[in-house]
Formats: sequence, structure tokens, C-alpha cells
Amino acid sequence: MVNQVRVAARSRGGAFVPRATVMDADDVRRALVRIAHEILERNHGSGSLVVVGLQTGGVPLAEHLVTLLADIDGSDVPLGVLDVAFYRDDIGIRPVLAEEVTRIPVDLSERVVVLVDDVLFTGRTVRAALDALADHGRARSVQLAVMVDRGHRELPIRPDYVGKNLPTRRDEVVEVGASGVRLGEVVALPGPGGAR
Amino acid sequence: MSRAGLLSIGDLGREGIVEVLRLADSFAEVSARAIPKVPALRGKTVATVFFEASTRTRLSFEAAAKRLSADTMSFAVTTSSVTKGESLRDTVETVDALGVDVMVVRHASSGAAAQVARWVDACVVNAGDGQHEHPTQALLDCFTLREALAARAGSTPVDDLDGVRIAIVGDVGHSRVARSCVLAFGALGARVTLVGPATLMPPTTQGWGVEVRHDLDEVLPEIDVCYLLRLQSERLREALLPSLGEYSERFGLTRDRARRLDPDLLVMHPGPMIRGLEIASEVADSARSLVTRQVRNGVAVRMAVLFRLLAGGLPPVPGGMDPGALATAQPEPETGGAQHG
Repeated sequence: MVNQVRVAARSRGGAFVPRATVMDADDVRRALVRIAHEILERNHGSGSLVVVGLQTGGVPLAEHLVTLLADIDGSDVPLGVLDVAFYRDDIGIRPVLAEEVTRIPVDLSERVVVLVDDVLFTGRTVRAALDALADHGRARSVQLAVMVDRGHRELPIRPDYVGKNLPTRRDEVVEVGASGVRLGEVVALPGPGGAR
Repeated sequence: MSRAGLLSIGDLGREGIVEVLRLADSFAEVSARAIPKVPALRGKTVATVFFEASTRTRLSFEAAAKRLSADTMSFAVTTSSVTKGESLRDTVETVDALGVDVMVVRHASSGAAAQVARWVDACVVNAGDGQHEHPTQALLDCFTLREALAARAGSTPVDDLDGVRIAIVGDVGHSRVARSCVLAFGALGARVTLVGPATLMPPTTQGWGVEVRHDLDEVLPEIDVCYLLRLQSERLREALLPSLGEYSERFGLTRDRARRLDPDLLVMHPGPMIRGLEIASEVADSARSLVTRQVRNGVAVRMAVLFRLLAGGLPPVPGGMDPGALATAQPEPETGGAQHG
């Protein structure tokens, strides 16, 4: 997650400057506990669930979610990691590189997949993720869990489970990290590559 | 002048090599799937333009392009207008005019790929130019070696080959593979020794950062990896060797020599192998041989090279690369990799 902000800051040639703490670490944990209960309620248990974290910000949240599901009903839900770089729609428009190797531990056919990401913004990453998942089997359904929905959707995509709805300006940056959720901006750094 | 390309391992440096290897990890995962294909390079065209014979390099580049959903075009000199006397420049400019994004070039003359890159708009990937370089071979060798060492240690692959002792054995002087491998292995921290008869060594190895030896039996106990080269009979213009039998006896991994090897010694060969000359069949087909892994990994590594060129999007800027400046030139970066939607 910190890495993601680093990438955000680098790609704008500046540094992340937080303006407000929106959720602290306890708020994030409580939201995840609620989401875990909502997932079990909606799916009548954890029988056919697979939790898949989106690279990079969704992965620690997905790991946490799987342990919470185990705490609640003793289940052992498979955990996957998905990097959508090769499915993005902006390849060739801006630099795209894979961050980590995709690991989907089971065939997704007839499973219920819960995709997990930290921030839902334009919806383009989720669009790419849906295409990527299809290459690992025909899931019975795919549900989306995010810690923050910050609006500004560019595609008809909506989350099933939300930690917090957070109205933002387009040019703001949301950081989801170990210490919680912070809202801020990327400001230019002096020196080469830093000027905007 | 063409856009970014891959003409030499020197274009990448240590950081670039590591980036390609990590990306190749992801493409190895793709290659292991039931349907080993991703839509990454839809609408792009990759042309293989080979003025010299090739089996694995050409097939491997075409498989890589197809698994990335790119279209492929292929040119072989024997079926082309080159046989009617068309020049290299006219030939590659014709291919370029058909609208290709990447041109994969092999030619018998050193520097040919760099020359082609000056003539065409496409990205040029050097798939072997004379006795100069064959960068994608060296990259897949690094990938294969790091994979084999990780498997032995029971860990995930690390980026460096720090302290790994590698001997490159045989016809170093004529070998473009050797040149690229010396640069790549060296950049990752390996200790490289060149072994072969003096007549088959390059005129000078100053600045290569390697040791040159002439007795294979002396070197074998001191190394972790024995990288054998093919004796390039098509480039042997003079009598550089007394006889092939004597060459095999002194510098080949013969059956006899294989019996004395450390059980952990790894053997690599870029292919095509001449069995019975530089390598005995018993060695080529043994558990210590990485030859088949090298070929298999070639596809994932070439996918990484093609993807990085067309999607990684950090073209070298004359006078130094500045990723920050490039990124700030992009409008609305927050909708892309910056803040994932």
C-alpha cells in the first residue's frame, strides 16, 4: 500500500503530503470485520468462497480478510493474488509494469470470488481484473470489496462491500496503509524530474 | 533514429536486467496456465526479420508475441526478394512501411541490428548480429540460472548471481552469446571465466572483467556452472584448430570428463548443440543440464522484453533517462498506475 503511494508520488514527480486522517488503524480493522460478516451473510457461509487481493494495495487487506473469516466461522478460504498489468486498457499510453506474480491457488469455476482492493476510483483496474479472472475459470459470481470508494467512476462498476464512502476531488490521493486511511495531495519536489 | 529497442545487454544495465527477469516471472506464470495468453499487446505487430538460420530464437519470439496477443509477421531471406538482389536497407524499410511495432533482427554482420535501428521507426530487438551480441539469449540464461539456483536452495529466485562462478567454454571469439552473457552475468555479480584454446579467444578481453584460462580440467572443480558454446564452424575461416577430435578431447564435456564432475555442477548450452563434439549426450540429457529449461524460459523472457518495450514505456532519452520527467508529461496520471481505479 505504501508502495502504491510511492508509485503515485513518483508518477507525478512529487511526494505525498497527507492533509487528513480519514480512518485510523482501528477504524480499518472494524470495517474489515463488518465486511467479513457481510460476506458470510450474503453468501450463506464460506463454502465456495475464494478471496483475491488486487496487486498491490488489495493484497494485505485480502490477507487480513481471510484471517477474519477463519476467526468467525473456522473456515479456510483460499487466498489469491492478482496482478492486472497485462489486462489494463492503458498499455502503450502510460508505463505499465507488473508488480508481482499472479497466484490463483484454485480453479475459479463454480466458485464465488471476492475481489479485494484498497481504493475504488475510476473502475478501470476492476474492469481489467474481471478479464484476468476469466482466464482462471468461469466463476459462479464475482463480488467486490474495497476499503474506500472515492467516486469518479469511468465504467459501470459498483462495489458490493465498502469500508468507507469518501467524497474526493480527482486530483487528491487516498493512501491506505498500516496506520489507516489518509487523504492528501502529491506536491512537486524541487530538482530534476520533480517540476510539473 | 528508431524508438527504444534492445540492441545490447549494455542498453539495460543491472537495473534493466533485473526488471526484465522479474517481469519474466509473471510471464512464466502466464505460460503455465491452461490458456497461456494475455491481451496485453493486442493490435501491435511483431516482425521477425532473419537473415541467418534459426530454430529456437525465431519460434520463441513468435510464440512470445502470440501469447501477448500481438500479430506476427515473419521474413526469411531464402523466400524473400533478397534473393533477387534487394539490399538490407530496402528490405527492412519495406517491412517497416507495412507498419510494425517491433522488428526482431538477426544478421551475420556485427552491428547490423544497430544499423537497422537507424533506418526504421519500429523498435528493434537484436536477435543476434554476427559476432557481436545476442541479448535475449543472455537474459534467458540469467533467468534459467537464477531459477535453478533458487530451486536448489529451496527459496524464491533472487535478483543477483552474486559470487556464482561461471565458466564459458569453447569458441568464445566467434560467439555473440558469450559477449552478451559476459555482460549480463557480470552485471548480476557472477564471476566469469573464459575457457578455450587461445586461437578461439577474442583478440582482447580488456575491460570484460573476466579471467581467461586454457585448461578445462583445472577450471571444472572451481566452478558452479559450465556454460558450453557451439563450435561455430560456419565462422571458422582459417585453420584455428588442429582437429575437431582434439578440440572435443580438451574442451568438450565428454562422457569421461562427466564422470569426474561435482554432482552439483550445472551445465548450460545456448543451442544448437553438436552432440559428441562440445557436449556428450550423457551430459546433455542429464539432470544437471539446464538446456531444456533454457529453451522453455526463452518464451517468458522474450514476452518480458516485448512487453517492456511496448508497454513498460521508458524509452531511453539521449543524454540520460529520467522516468520522473516522462511520467509528469502524462496527463491525469491518477487514472492509471498511480492510483489504481
